[in-house]
Amino acid sequence: MRRSEQTWIRLTVISSILLTLSFSLPLSAAGAPVDVIRIGSKNFNESYLLSEMSAQMLEQAGYRVERKFGLGGTLICYDALRNGEIDVYAEYTGTLSQAVLNDPAAKSVAELNRRLQPLALELLPAFGFNNTYAMVIKEASASRLDMTSIADMARHPDLKVVVSHEFLEREDGWPGLAEAYGLGLDVTGIEHGLAYQALDDGVIDITDAYSTDGELKRYNLRILDDDRGFFPQYLAAPLIRSDLPEGAREVLMELAGRIDDATMQRLNSEVVFERKSFAEVANDFLVAERLAASVDTSGQAWQSLLDNTLQHLKLTGVALIGSVLVGVGASLAVFRMPTVSRALTYFCGLLQTIPSIALLALMIPVFGIGMLPAVIALFLYSLLPILRNTLTALTTIDPTLVRVAVAMGLKEGEQLRLVYLPLALPSMFAGIRTAAVISIGTATLAAFIGAGGLGDPIVTGLALNDVNLILQGALPAAGLAVLTELLFEVLERLLLPGNLRLVDQSVAR
Amino acid sequence: MSHCVEFHGVSKSYISGHKVLDDVTLDLPDGETTAVVGESGSGKTTLLQLVNAVLVPDQGEVRVFDAPIPADLVAHRRSIGYSVQGAGLFPHMTNQENVLLLARLEGWSEQAMIERYQDLREQMGLDADVADRYPQELSGGQQQRIGLCRALMLRPRLLLLDEPFSAIDPITRVGIYERFEEVQRREGVSTLLVTHDIREAMKLARYLVIVRSGKIEQAGPSDQVRHSPATDYVATLLEKQL
Repeated sequence: MRRSEQTWIRLTVISSILLTLSFSLPLSAAGAPVDVIRIGSKNFNESYLLSEMSAQMLEQAGYRVERKFGLGGTLICYDALRNGEIDVYAEYTGTLSQAVLNDPAAKSVAELNRRLQPLALELLPAFGFNNTYAMVIKEASASRLDMTSIADMARHPDLKVVVSHEFLEREDGWPGLAEAYGLGLDVTGIEHGLAYQALDDGVIDITDAYSTDGELKRYNLRILDDDRGFFPQYLAAPLIRSDLPEGAREVLMELAGRIDDATMQRLNSEVVFERKSFAEVANDFLVAERLAASVDTSGQAWQSLLDNTLQHLKLTGVALIGSVLVGVGASLAVFRMPTVSRALTYFCGLLQTIPSIALLALMIPVFGIGMLPAVIALFLYSLLPILRNTLTALTTIDPTLVRVAVAMGLKEGEQLRLVYLPLALPSMFAGIRTAAVISIGTATLAAFIGAGGLGDPIVTGLALNDVNLILQGALPAAGLAVLTELLFEVLERLLLPGNLRLVDQSVAR
Repeated sequence: MSHCVEFHGVSKSYISGHKVLDDVTLDLPDGETTAVVGESGSGKTTLLQLVNAVLVPDQGEVRVFDAPIPADLVAHRRSIGYSVQGAGLFPHMTNQENVLLLARLEGWSEQAMIERYQDLREQMGLDADVADRYPQELSGGQQQRIGLCRALMLRPRLLLLDEPFSAIDPITRVGIYERFEEVQRREGVSTLLVTHDIREAMKLARYLVIVRSGKIEQAGPSDQVRHSPATDYVATLLEKQL
């Protein structure tokens, strides 16, 4: 018993150290002062660039900026804005009218603003470019065939037109386009990522593209004019909360009309093909446009690696401590009631079957974006291994030992502390260890809802198809997982001296 | 003769409705070893568990040392030593910590605990080096003796033994019998021994209770039972096993 007491003292000391550590790391969110502007972005490079430009301009105007970049999609950004988790992000007029407001008639910024006003949102004047669908052809072929517009395609029925699968199916894609222009060409589908290369190699002649893709510049492609205005407009503009401070609004308006299609193509291309960072490309542009002073964007890699790692540890650490407390606590509370135990295990198992990205998305309406929903999601995922291992261990303790503990006159608390818990400890520990490693992996997805961590470079890397960037998140995350395994190895040695490991052996025999 | 354990019209059924004990009345002498003998399923273990109030009777009353079972069950159970087949030692505690457990919870001084432990260990014929080892490192016989030390640690007036010698090989068993009888005499502890082995009962007990299907076949001094079995069942039992 002296030993088991020592074990509990050690356990208490170690968990309080972990608790202190995780809470002494700076906790963000709650009670942000007025002069902090939180900027979101979607998880593709153009969105990162526009948000980074806005961020740098606001910073130089004296605002403190929180970057919540790489949020997983339009609806996450939009909900985050409505819930006040972010103050601004770059949105497209076509996306707003079709995907968000479901009002295809609202096309201009002014019309959209009439719809947005009751929602306390506002679209600022557009950046200038239109990132819509486009039909593209190699510049050389276009000159040779004398093609400038989509209508010209009708004159060349022998052209190999190959479009992305999505474009082939969408009503506002090929079927609508063919009808609007009376095109009777045979068209097949291709994976969008391969289309540019195929075009460059001369395997195909025409494909669909986004009109600001960096590839247009790199492969020297011509956009065929949409004379009949078939494609909806996707003008990018800052979408803000109406309560954004007047000064910040003015700063953002300085970007209005400054970026045309060609400029956006060039900037996207610099990120994708010259492997420059968003910060660098954004800053170069702002300096050239005399919108901002030059800032040193190099040497941020290590700092951001450290920040991301700390944030990652904070996410998983807080979630794990919560799930240990709740998982072990709940197990102790219900293990004598088989029906409740089964129901609880079943419920936690059910949680486990929700795909992590879906669970994160489900958190947003309730908890917004950022650290809180991510921690709650991770907490829910960690619960099952801890709960199941603890419950199993508590309910499978040798019934003779249980009978002896009662018969010799141990009080309920003493039975738990001196018999049940020490005997369940090895299995409990294995559960916590599993939960920790799973959390570290799953936490990389938290970047999709603006919680940061090592998922940040992964999400950005995915957007840019940049393996280096993906590895900057993936390798440290893998390293953390390995370190966690080692840490638990050491903790187990400290917490479970020979006696309990002997139990394991005797079970194995 | 004062009363050690009394049963007055005690009945006990399982949840399934099966009656384990049926209107049992007993009066067991103090300061002696009483053996409760029966086949498995006869209700003998249930009888034992009613004494330390791990089970509560459906009908009738159990009295221990001339008093009803008190409300403070923990104190009641700690006043009664308990040892089972296989010893039931806690595998995460050393042998010594197993023995000391209750005394530590009762707030004994370190010195008093160690002295008592040494005394019991020597009486049971265990080597000094078992203290810091774990139960799994001992033989079955040694574990059983540690289990007896644990049951006796708080100097109980009553000892409940549930087939403690059954899992031990016959040669070791004889040695433990002798140790036990000596310790039991020195400690002056009344003992209630549950066993299916009539020879063991005859060897260790001065008073016998023969149970069969929840009813008492015969209860009385060992000699009396041996010489004048009250029922055919008791007579057959004696014939077959002795």
